[in-house]
Amino acid sequence: MTRKQRRLTMIGGALVVLGIAAALVLNALRDSIVFFSTPMMVSEKHIQPGQRFRLGGLVQTGSLVRGDNLAVAFKVSDGSATLPVAYTGILPDLFREGQGVVAEGALDGSGVFQADTVLAKHDETYMPKEVADALKKQGHWKDDYGAQAGAAEASGKQEVSQ
Amino acid sequence: MIAEAGHFALVLALGLALIQSVVPIIGARWNDGALMNVARSTALVQLLFVGASFFALATLYVVSDFSVLNVFQNSHSLKPMIYKITGVWGNHEGSMLLWVTILALFGGLVAAFGNNLPLTLRAHVLAVQGWIATAFYLFILLTSNPFTRIASPPMEGRDLNPVLQDIGLAVHPPMLYLGYVGFSIAFSFAVAALIEGRIDAAWARWVRPWTLVAWIFLTLGIAMGSYWAYYELGWGGWWFWDPVENASLMPWLAGTALLHSSVVMEKRNALKVWTILLAILTFSLSLLGTFLVRSGVLTSVHAFATDPTRGIFILLILCTFIGGSLTLFVWRASALKQGGLFAPVSREGALVLNNLFLTTACATVFVGTLYPLALEVITGNRISVGAPFFNLTFAPLFVPLLIAVPFGPLLAWKRGDLLGASQRLVAAGVGSVIAVAVLWAWAWGGSTFAPLAIGLAVFVILGALSDLAERISLFRASLPVSLRRAKGLPRSAWGTVFAHAGLGVALIGIVCETTWNTEYIASMKTNDVARVGGYSLTFEGTTQQQRSNYREDIARFTVSRNGQPIAVMTPSKRNFTTRAASTTEAALLTRGASQLYISLGDASADGSIAVRIYHKPMVLLIWFGPVLMAFGGVLSLSDRRLRVGAPKPAKAARRALQPAE
Repeated sequence: MTRKQRRLTMIGGALVVLGIAAALVLNALRDSIVFFSTPMMVSEKHIQPGQRFRLGGLVQTGSLVRGDNLAVAFKVSDGSATLPVAYTGILPDLFREGQGVVAEGALDGSGVFQADTVLAKHDETYMPKEVADALKKQGHWKDDYGAQAGAAEASGKQEVSQ
Repeated sequence: MIAEAGHFALVLALGLALIQSVVPIIGARWNDGALMNVARSTALVQLLFVGASFFALATLYVVSDFSVLNVFQNSHSLKPMIYKITGVWGNHEGSMLLWVTILALFGGLVAAFGNNLPLTLRAHVLAVQGWIATAFYLFILLTSNPFTRIASPPMEGRDLNPVLQDIGLAVHPPMLYLGYVGFSIAFSFAVAALIEGRIDAAWARWVRPWTLVAWIFLTLGIAMGSYWAYYELGWGGWWFWDPVENASLMPWLAGTALLHSSVVMEKRNALKVWTILLAILTFSLSLLGTFLVRSGVLTSVHAFATDPTRGIFILLILCTFIGGSLTLFVWRASALKQGGLFAPVSREGALVLNNLFLTTACATVFVGTLYPLALEVITGNRISVGAPFFNLTFAPLFVPLLIAVPFGPLLAWKRGDLLGASQRLVAAGVGSVIAVAVLWAWAWGGSTFAPLAIGLAVFVILGALSDLAERISLFRASLPVSLRRAKGLPRSAWGTVFAHAGLGVALIGIVCETTWNTEYIASMKTNDVARVGGYSLTFEGTTQQQRSNYREDIARFTVSRNGQPIAVMTPSKRNFTTRAASTTEAALLTRGASQLYISLGDASADGSIAVRIYHKPMVLLIWFGPVLMAFGGVLSLSDRRLRVGAPKPAKAARRALQPAE
């Protein structure tokens, strides 16, 4: 083989692999990405039952109900709308009423969000970034949120010490 | 006083870095040895000053000086001493200081042990290091000064994020940074080669040990981080395809490719341009990782306080270095002479294939990590790309790579014999088919995919061993002869065997854990029994203890198998008073390479407690594999051949290392 042929073989091989990779990526991007919504966006967009998405907002204070066998129900609110959420399992350490949460799952027939994952990752201000941005966008962001978080911390402390 | 001294030392280091950025380049232009040698002194003194600055911050943490903002925000006088020290880099400012300290350390090492480098090359390399250092010193001094004082000092600190109060913090970030920043050396060598317009096999021989060192640390750092997440976060997961994890995986993939392509360059003087490009890309991905983590564009456990000016500053650094080096590459790469020829089926060809798959896999991770960011900027839609994406893209690309791994070392340079290599891999192939058949029979009706994947892993491990057996003529010569040959085998050959086998070992762990992991989640009362993976776990109640800066609720479980008690496990929940935060401390019981894992949820009023119990078969292999890889790297590093360019007295080297022209 001449130098040129060898180089063409290599470039051809590389293009084949890159093509396969591109096909894989496009295919995966079509099927496996999940959109983020707040309760307000859910009611505006009329998301179909069964379609997976990420729901973000604040856990409404006083809405957390613990059932049998680790079943929990709570409401997620973004200030304009609320959405009931059902989940079975152990909530993360950082899950608190009045604080930010992101849940992944889908709506069922009766309009309840059946979550299979609940994330309460947050930074020091106790608010997931996507939730904070969504709240700011809708004009429900309060500058005194830090103070509220402080109050929520205090109530969290009580809850644990019972 | 200590804070001011630390701050001042950092400013002095910036001054030295500025000198180091300019003077050696001028020296190389004028061919003035004295000016070029300035780089050596500035790099060493810079290390001294940054080291002093880092030591100053550590001292402030140790003595709990809360008049310094950074210490106030991240420390507490009651915190155990080890977490006072590790807390230095458990926050944004401190971790950036660690970053530049390690950068200065690498620069200092090149200066101290680079006596056998051609004078101009060393001057250029250190100058490029100076540019990087200057940018990051400016970043720290202008946007994230760790030495800022508070006007009225508080009595007590706000404590470190409880999740970070763990021994993992002592090891994971320094390791990861040694890896990230270590690639800056390869980058500087690449840029220096482009500036000089000259590159040869000797260049690859100098670059390889540094790349190898960085790669070893990055491998261990990623594995350590994964194990830390596994036991600390309490979900039993060890890899989440979190953007921050991806940020460390990308430089690892590119760095692994660089390691292999520099072998081709060293041995055969080929793939020069590609190796230079990889060196640039690897460090660019390290910088990107720093940007993703530090700018706060991504939310994760790793994102500390977020501040837009920092993000913009790092983005600026990122654009300057990546854009600048790539421009230089486009402009100068054609000046580099092409090297040796090789057939597609050859050792070089196999290494090219390795590079192709590794960089493509790296590209898919890149797309998956940055696509959500790009989409949000363009359309405003927020999406998340999670594990399913990477399972559909990354995994299929790794399968052909793993099939090819055993063939590579068996092919000859220049022109290889694929049939011959296949014949030598027959034993490995038969072994893996037997493994698949046995697993298939054992897991009848279960996953069809898992036995195949384990068969592939067995093939990779046996393939590595076949290569070894081939080299020492095992079973063909007498045992003493084989042993003698094994002793005489270059350490780098042993390194290859271990690193490749480690890949297979990790794959076995990954497949077993994901396929046969059993989970038990329930609310348990005292004396309830859970049966998981053949073990019975009896919940015996909880006790409470007060520790220095937290209160701990400890649950007690007795584990028995076939009616025989074998161990007691004590998972706990810690409540940190200062931050009003709680963490879950999982309890682990290791049986062979498998583990039982208990983590606690909330306790309810009637005395029952939510419990999550996992049985994770072969899970330890996931981390044992990378440790084997790193061990292979260390063996390869200790190879006599590679010590050229690594620490070594100059006397013997000078003759051997005239610039090879």
